[in-house]
Amino acid sequence: MSSQGRDWACWALQNLERLPQLTPAQWEPVIRQARRADLLARIAAQLERRGLLDSVPPAPRAHLMSASRVWHAQMQEVGHEAQLIADALRSLNIPVVILKGAAYVLADLPAAEGRLFSDIDILVPRAALAEVEGALRLSGWMSDYKDAYDQRYYREWMHELPPMTHIRRGTTLDVHHNILPITVRHPPDAALLLAQARPLPAFAGLSVLAPADMILHSMTHLFHNDDLSHGLRDLSDLDLLLRHHGGEAGFWQSLMERALELHLALPLAYGLWATHELLSTPVPDAVLEQSELASASRLPRLMHWLWRRVLRTPHHDAALPGAGLAHFALYVRAHWLRMPPLLLARHLSIKAWKRLSQKPQELAAAQPPA
Amino acid sequence: MLKALTALYSAHSIEDADGFADFHVSVDRAGGLRRWLRPKLYFRVDGEDPFAPLPADQGLPMLEWGMNWCVTGHCHQYLILHAAVLERDGRALVMPAPSGSGKSTLCAALLFHGWRLLSDELAIIDPAAGSLIPLPRAVSLKNASIEVIQRFAGDAVRFGSIVHDTSKGRVGHFAPPIDAVRRSAERAAPGWIVFPRYQPGAVANLARLPRGQAMMRLIENAFNYNVHRHTGFEALANLAQASACRTFEYSDLNQAVALFDRMADGLPLTDTTSSALAA
Repeated sequence: MSSQGRDWACWALQNLERLPQLTPAQWEPVIRQARRADLLARIAAQLERRGLLDSVPPAPRAHLMSASRVWHAQMQEVGHEAQLIADALRSLNIPVVILKGAAYVLADLPAAEGRLFSDIDILVPRAALAEVEGALRLSGWMSDYKDAYDQRYYREWMHELPPMTHIRRGTTLDVHHNILPITVRHPPDAALLLAQARPLPAFAGLSVLAPADMILHSMTHLFHNDDLSHGLRDLSDLDLLLRHHGGEAGFWQSLMERALELHLALPLAYGLWATHELLSTPVPDAVLEQSELASASRLPRLMHWLWRRVLRTPHHDAALPGAGLAHFALYVRAHWLRMPPLLLARHLSIKAWKRLSQKPQELAAAQPPA
Repeated sequence: MLKALTALYSAHSIEDADGFADFHVSVDRAGGLRRWLRPKLYFRVDGEDPFAPLPADQGLPMLEWGMNWCVTGHCHQYLILHAAVLERDGRALVMPAPSGSGKSTLCAALLFHGWRLLSDELAIIDPAAGSLIPLPRAVSLKNASIEVIQRFAGDAVRFGSIVHDTSKGRVGHFAPPIDAVRRSAERAAPGWIVFPRYQPGAVANLARLPRGQAMMRLIENAFNYNVHRHTGFEALANLAQASACRTFEYSDLNQAVALFDRMADGLPLTDTTSSALAA
């Protein structure tokens, strides 16, 4: 069953009902690939909701249960962490919008199922950035990057502060003032996003993006990112969000209008194409056509060829021919979109120089976390 | 490397009958110029290499450390402690301790003295059942401990290759006893929790440790307490409750194993508490 070039994690997401019938040997590539794609917990949670987890043979079930435990622990931690963020920023009286994975959890959306993440992302008004940073510091969040160039990179060109880590809990927080770097040609107006945000009743002072904005942010993040190691996982988030909201009256129309308003028609077109094509997400044909037209996408067939190779499980058994080339091309594209060419050339040469002096994690005898 | 692996794992079966492997791991040479200039090895799990490469002669320790990492990083269906575990008469002796406390040396001595090895490195607890699950793999010893155990066990111990200059110094591995491998499906119930410490010149001494303190030290030595949270607290509390909890200081292995025999047989220990009682 483990034939070269098959993406078993992607297959599993679309064939949940068939999974309990697999033999342990057939499960093996599914578990291995899903672990690499960070989708083990998602598959576990989806099986659990359908009451199918107990029908999985014990050996693969153990791996699903392990991932599921990590997810459940995270679900408990996120609420607590969100409360602490709200407490730290309450006195500023500004809108604080929780983004991405943590937002799915706090808004109790299906995309929270089995979604693991390592940090919490928030969006605040750019004008309040300095106050926000100060208030977070007072509550124990410290900037991770000591390096002057990294600090400048974030503060001058990016849409977020350098990541902050809490000195006692070790949790990481990314503070954004927009959903794309300010150096892109047509950045979306973040004020529009903040204006439509939906308050979270259980967390005074916190909100999440409106459904269309949440989906557009997820697409923008995926189709502008230089790190696509979680591409399939992020695509699965989109699949769950679109299935959840897709049946609401006027949803597709408002999604397309909002994309135009925020200059995000291109990520919308790629996002709808990719979820429909790769995960069989139900998207009306007319919406697919209109979104592609509205995106003014140049070379759509080449782009689809590239995305098809990159939005897959990052496992050598799942790779399609040309995957290396596609990854490189989309890495260059992400940087190209992010920065004007000269700035980009300068940034990449500085990064390359710094990488030479960097050291990855050492593997040594087992040691529990401090 | 193949020779070393064969020597360490000849008693294990090659593949499970149902054809399911938990992890696919490898230790590979770097490609390209690196292969000739400064050969390095990469540890890979399902094609991913999460760690910095190591020099070409450290393949075996790298594979062992990497396999431990697979267990501690991915097997959260269990609660996992940094501890040596042995068994006698169905009861588990759990010895949690950080590296350098003499835990592995003591573990090696006990396994050559009739105790069954469950693991020299990882206590794997089934949180629902409270039992300890064996993971009998190659036993690793470092630096002077290698000669100490050679003297203690004589011909019974055969080290595979001994690797010099690792991040932990000189590292040697020996094969787990065949009996431990054969009985690897046989779990053990909680028996004793002992926190060992090698102390030069110390007379072997087992001292009572209040359960609350034992509990705190169990949490300190847990890899994934944060994942288990409430169930983890309960599982460790049950483990501490069902075990006799002790601290242990020693310098001489013969004294140590004799004292552990007395403990296992339920005889009075010559520690401070019991000698006070005897007086």
